[in-house]
Amino acid sequence: MIAEMLIVLVLVIGTIFNALGVIGLLRFPDIYTRMHATTKATTFGSIFTSLAVVIYGFWRLFVTADSQFLTLAIHAIIAIFALAFTNAVSSHAIARAAHRMGVRPIPAVCDRLEEFKP
Amino acid sequence: MIPFLITTGSVLVFYLILTAGSGTIGLWSLSELVAGVCASVVAGLLTKSFLCHKGDYRMLNPVRLVLAVCYVIGPFFLEMTKANLDVAYRVITMRIRPGIIRVQSDLKSDLGIFMLANSITLTPGTITVDIDEETHDLYIHNINVGEGDEVRPAFRDHELFSLANLPAWIRRIAE
Repeated sequence: MIAEMLIVLVLVIGTIFNALGVIGLLRFPDIYTRMHATTKATTFGSIFTSLAVVIYGFWRLFVTADSQFLTLAIHAIIAIFALAFTNAVSSHAIARAAHRMGVRPIPAVCDRLEEFKP
Repeated sequence: MIPFLITTGSVLVFYLILTAGSGTIGLWSLSELVAGVCASVVAGLLTKSFLCHKGDYRMLNPVRLVLAVCYVIGPFFLEMTKANLDVAYRVITMRIRPGIIRVQSDLKSDLGIFMLANSITLTPGTITVDIDEETHDLYIHNINVGEGDEVRPAFRDHELFSLANLPAWIRRIAE
């Protein structure tokens, strides 16, 4: 009972943050600010939705003692770490490629990288 | 020889974690154990020159590994939660003041810079755009540059984080 409520709570938090990521993608003005919404909010939201799988796996393992649920929970934990790492690295790669292609942050109050590499 | 052993060992540990719960020898079945050893030896032979190509093995120190896990669960997750609430607030109110700033760091090793850049991307309102390979300066897109901060030529790395001193943690783990 408690486990089910916890799973629902975690799923709701995850879905809210993923939805905010999508809204930010639509509302923000340029590629760099959009990247803020897509990397942070979706990483955080997906961590919580995967956490629901982890809680479900350990809960069923505790109830049924069936080892396939241990496999499920461990795979979800590894997915969380893979998600956090690849999301950060790929967003860095996209931002770097955009700046090298000549996409300037508009609006921006300052651009130190522009002064460093004219 | 040492790089081969380290690579094989880490691949084997990862394989065993992935297949935990498959049988009765400990948590694993006999076929998974044999397949894991074969696969990790092949992977170790093929990739031994990538994992520790600079010949330093300080990440084998168990204290550093435990600290890394503590870092991810504790201060890093705290900063990430704060960053997400901040982004949620800015998505709704659209109060943004974006700009690319320059951040100087004392971290020297590749792993330290990598961890700092990734931590910056996932924490408060900032994304790493580029890294100067020689001076280890990071160029960071900040979604909300403070009033008057746009004229400052450079920042220190710990000024970006308000709740915990993440660069000090990374220095303890990776340097």
